[in-house]
Amino acid sequence: MIRITINGRSLEVAAGTTVAAAVMTIQPGFRRSVSGELRGPLCGMGICMECRVTLNGHRHERSCQTLCTPGMEVVTDA
Amino acid sequence: MPSTLVIGGGPAGLAAAWAAAQVGDQVTLLDDNPALGGQIWRGGVPAAHQRFLDPSITVRTGVQIHSANQIPAADRLILATGTRERFLPFPGWTLPHILGAGGLQAMVKSGLPIAGKRVVITGTGPLLLAVGAYLRKRGAMVVLIAEQAPFSRIAQFTRELWREPAKLFQAAQLGWGLRYRADAWPIRADAGSITIQGHGKIPCDYVACGFGLVVNTELPALLGCAIDAGQVVTDSKQRTTIPHIYWAGAGSVDRSILEGQIAGFDLERARPLYPARDRALRFDRRIDQAFRLRSELSNLAAPDTIVCRCEDVPFGAVWQQRDWRSAKLQTRCGMGPCQGRICGPALEHLCGWPASSVRPPIFPTRLENLLDERR
Repeated sequence: MIRITINGRSLEVAAGTTVAAAVMTIQPGFRRSVSGELRGPLCGMGICMECRVTLNGHRHERSCQTLCTPGMEVVTDA
Repeated sequence: MPSTLVIGGGPAGLAAAWAAAQVGDQVTLLDDNPALGGQIWRGGVPAAHQRFLDPSITVRTGVQIHSANQIPAADRLILATGTRERFLPFPGWTLPHILGAGGLQAMVKSGLPIAGKRVVITGTGPLLLAVGAYLRKRGAMVVLIAEQAPFSRIAQFTRELWREPAKLFQAAQLGWGLRYRADAWPIRADAGSITIQGHGKIPCDYVACGFGLVVNTELPALLGCAIDAGQVVTDSKQRTTIPHIYWAGAGSVDRSILEGQIAGFDLERARPLYPARDRALRFDRRIDQAFRLRSELSNLAAPDTIVCRCEDVPFGAVWQQRDWRSAKLQTRCGMGPCQGRICGPALEHLCGWPASSVRPPIFPTRLENLLDERR
């Protein structure tokens, strides 16, 4: 198991879990759209950019294309 | 030793890399995803195809190609960038419980728990059935599979499947016990539900929705390869119109593997595979025909339905524009981070606009990445 934090909340996930799958287990929304709508992943394969989060301080990372690693800090926009 | 670079590590790219290694090339395989397998083999290459993972192949995953200068030099380039789903906007489709059909499957393969969740699957194509069978196996309650194609077309297609007993068996196995209905499509989504034509409002945790597949032509187009009607133009050896650049994949798994091998092998070993590839291609064309989009789907979007999710552009602001270019300039539709990959195919169907030209970077990237290339 791998321990990560999402918006400061600690979470344990199985190895091989993507950040997007981890975030979806605890909350539906990943970001706010330019007009303020709550959005989550659509394509699940790195195309739509709806799953962008801040990963270890790097903004706009595609969470569906990134595997969870120990100690990773995930911050969502919503 | 001649070198081959393969971009895309799904079935076609893996088959291509393996075939190129068989004929003695030095092979490098790049993929954007965290692991090889593409979408269909996300979570592991099946045992029957493990041979494609030849240890002599140099594999680099998590690599995003955003411009041509970033592509390492090689004697031969094989592009296998695959497909994405087509989405058609309907009221409420931007709510977080609405995902792609392949999208939700990819999320579950990537660790999303689905057991006990109520899922409605809708859109079109054989993928809906495959996704339904997969999600059910993982414990989801698949409430309904709503297929837009008319019952008569599906029935005719199923009758034709007698010529392909293996495929008929596969379809029967996947669909057994699933509630599959033709002539049904999404009308609107509200928080915690989806309304399906002919089936009313259905409460659910997730909607898995996809209206067929669109080829990821951005990279071949950037490199100058001819694209026709959304497909990369190739000859029988899978050569594109640009010397030394090949294209493989973007259909069924069977066809992708054959096209990958034909692209990767030399002519002598590729040629015997042509008839099987042509047969797989004909089968894919029959699927496209059976599951073509019905005209009612053009009327799903209301004037205030968002078409471009990146820039939140409603359909009402776009539909009276002259073309795709004018929509971009006047409304910013397609100008956000996905660069029109989602709204482009939707507007192609809704307004009849063909995709516009591609310019680098084909994916958003950091400035330092572009500066690195110049050094």
